[in-house]
Amino acid sequence: MSAAMSFTRVPRKVQLVLAAMALAALPFMVSAGLGNTWLRVLDFALLYVMLALGLNIVVGFAGLLDLGYIAFYAVGAYVYALLASPHFGLHWPVWAILPVGALAACGFGVVLGAPTLRLRGDYLAIVTLGFGEIVRIFMNNLNAPVNITNGPKGIAGIDPIHIGGHALSQPLEIFGVTIPALVLNYYFFLALALLVMLAGLRLHDSRIGRAWAAIREDEMAAKACGINTRNVKLLAFAMGASFGGLAGGLFASFQAFVSPESFSLMESIMVLCMVVLGGMGHIPGIILGALVLTVLPEAFRHGAGPVQQAVFGQVLVDPENLRMLLFGMALVVVMLYRPSGLWPDPRHRQEFNSR
Amino acid sequence: MTALPPPLLEARNIGKRFGGVRALQDVSLSIRRGEIYGLIGPNGAGKTTFFNVLTGLYTRDEGEVIFAGAPLPSGEPHRVAQAGIARTFQNIRLFANMSARENVMVGRHARSKVGVAGAVMRSRAQRAEEAAIRQRADELLAYVGIAARADDLAKNLSYGDQRRLEIARALATEPQLLALDEPAAGMNATETGTLRSLIARLRDDGFTVLLIEHDIQLVMGLCDRIAVLDYGQKIADDVPAAVQRNPKVIEAYLGADA
Repeated sequence: MSAAMSFTRVPRKVQLVLAAMALAALPFMVSAGLGNTWLRVLDFALLYVMLALGLNIVVGFAGLLDLGYIAFYAVGAYVYALLASPHFGLHWPVWAILPVGALAACGFGVVLGAPTLRLRGDYLAIVTLGFGEIVRIFMNNLNAPVNITNGPKGIAGIDPIHIGGHALSQPLEIFGVTIPALVLNYYFFLALALLVMLAGLRLHDSRIGRAWAAIREDEMAAKACGINTRNVKLLAFAMGASFGGLAGGLFASFQAFVSPESFSLMESIMVLCMVVLGGMGHIPGIILGALVLTVLPEAFRHGAGPVQQAVFGQVLVDPENLRMLLFGMALVVVMLYRPSGLWPDPRHRQEFNSR
Repeated sequence: MTALPPPLLEARNIGKRFGGVRALQDVSLSIRRGEIYGLIGPNGAGKTTFFNVLTGLYTRDEGEVIFAGAPLPSGEPHRVAQAGIARTFQNIRLFANMSARENVMVGRHARSKVGVAGAVMRSRAQRAEEAAIRQRADELLAYVGIAARADDLAKNLSYGDQRRLEIARALATEPQLLALDEPAAGMNATETGTLRSLIARLRDDGFTVLLIEHDIQLVMGLCDRIAVLDYGQKIADDVPAAVQRNPKVIEAYLGADA
């Protein structure tokens, strides 16, 4: 308690510097303590943070249930794959592709948003679910008559991100210190995730964020307040989709390979779980939710075997099967005991307790 | 006789059907700038339907509305609000999980303009506009008398305070006409008294008010003119004293034999 109190007395700038140092040191500690597998998990966690923050704009801020969000991730990933791989022989620089991918995803967001403006809740969820599947199925089948996506085989050999002439897939030697490729990716993803977070926070505390909240609370009253709900909802879809597209581009470059099976309905549901479990509409909660839900399944995957070995002397259940069972149970427990999420908006939590 | 100034709002031959039911038939009325105009009628007479047609929640089937010299769009509530008609709802519709201040700040939406880029970059213009929105919201909360509840969530306010918050939110849109749909419904005598003085103060401060109300005493005491609807048609339109004596009105409220 006293430690926490005294920390709040530390100037804000010092707090930020300490946080930055911790974030900068994190990948080295993870790599040294847990190994490169976990460093990779950390990189993926940052991609999911971006995705969850993007979906949070649609679901958390504007209250529009979107079950096909992964489609925008797919669009971003495929844009990157098509413009920077041997598939078409194009090798655009990253600074051009990432914005193009985000814009393409934004366009898809509007395409999805426009016909669904009248729908809410369950109905919207069903249509967006269908949309997500359509995009995936298109990517699976657009290899004939003209081969665009290379079908289920996917696109391989995607260029890594180059910054200042250095590919992020190669370790960097600087002042005699070698920074591994996974750490370089971590820094780049972290920077973009922080930008996405900052954009989300600022949108939330703006006139537009209030309009989204108003639509979420009572659409008819929002209209009566002079809010053009059609445009404001489309904006939510477009913004959320662009963040998804950005994350998709990073995913494609990081994996160096994309195929339709990375963009299944399960992925949409996972990202939605991150938003709901973290605390809808509350950005720190969303980030926590994304980190927990990326790390937890991996922990189960790696931990379930050794734990069984230690307790029973043998591996009774295949860890791969146990993983989703434990994961599902964890979700149920969280929703039972923290129904408004792991880290909800303090104002709403206070409200919840006082009831 | 001197020529009257043109009315602030003129509704001409408004008609609205729901399937085979004619909810409104040939309703015309005009509201002058600066008056409190009452709209009364028995249950189901079409008062709220008229309100919803006027404010764009329903599209109108017939007729036109001229507001401040320009035709009012039909079926587009946000454009009606932008044109200068703000409303409250019979069953209060606040943004329940937002604070009282935020509710009023939402009302400033149509009168502010910073977009996504400004919000994300947090430009100087955005900060100035945001400060102005906040200041105006606090002024309006003080105006309706709930400044002390600014940080409370709307759903935690008392019933009377919620009514007043809804009025503050409506005022935030800078309306020329404030349309109140049964503001006294469900209020106790004290709350109704406070509401009455608030509406009177609105008129004194230059607002034009359209008031739908069941509380006849409140309407008779406040309104400059009153229109009476019955079965979707206007049966009277006059000053309160004349409306009270009108045999058609007495019949509508009490039955033919009264």
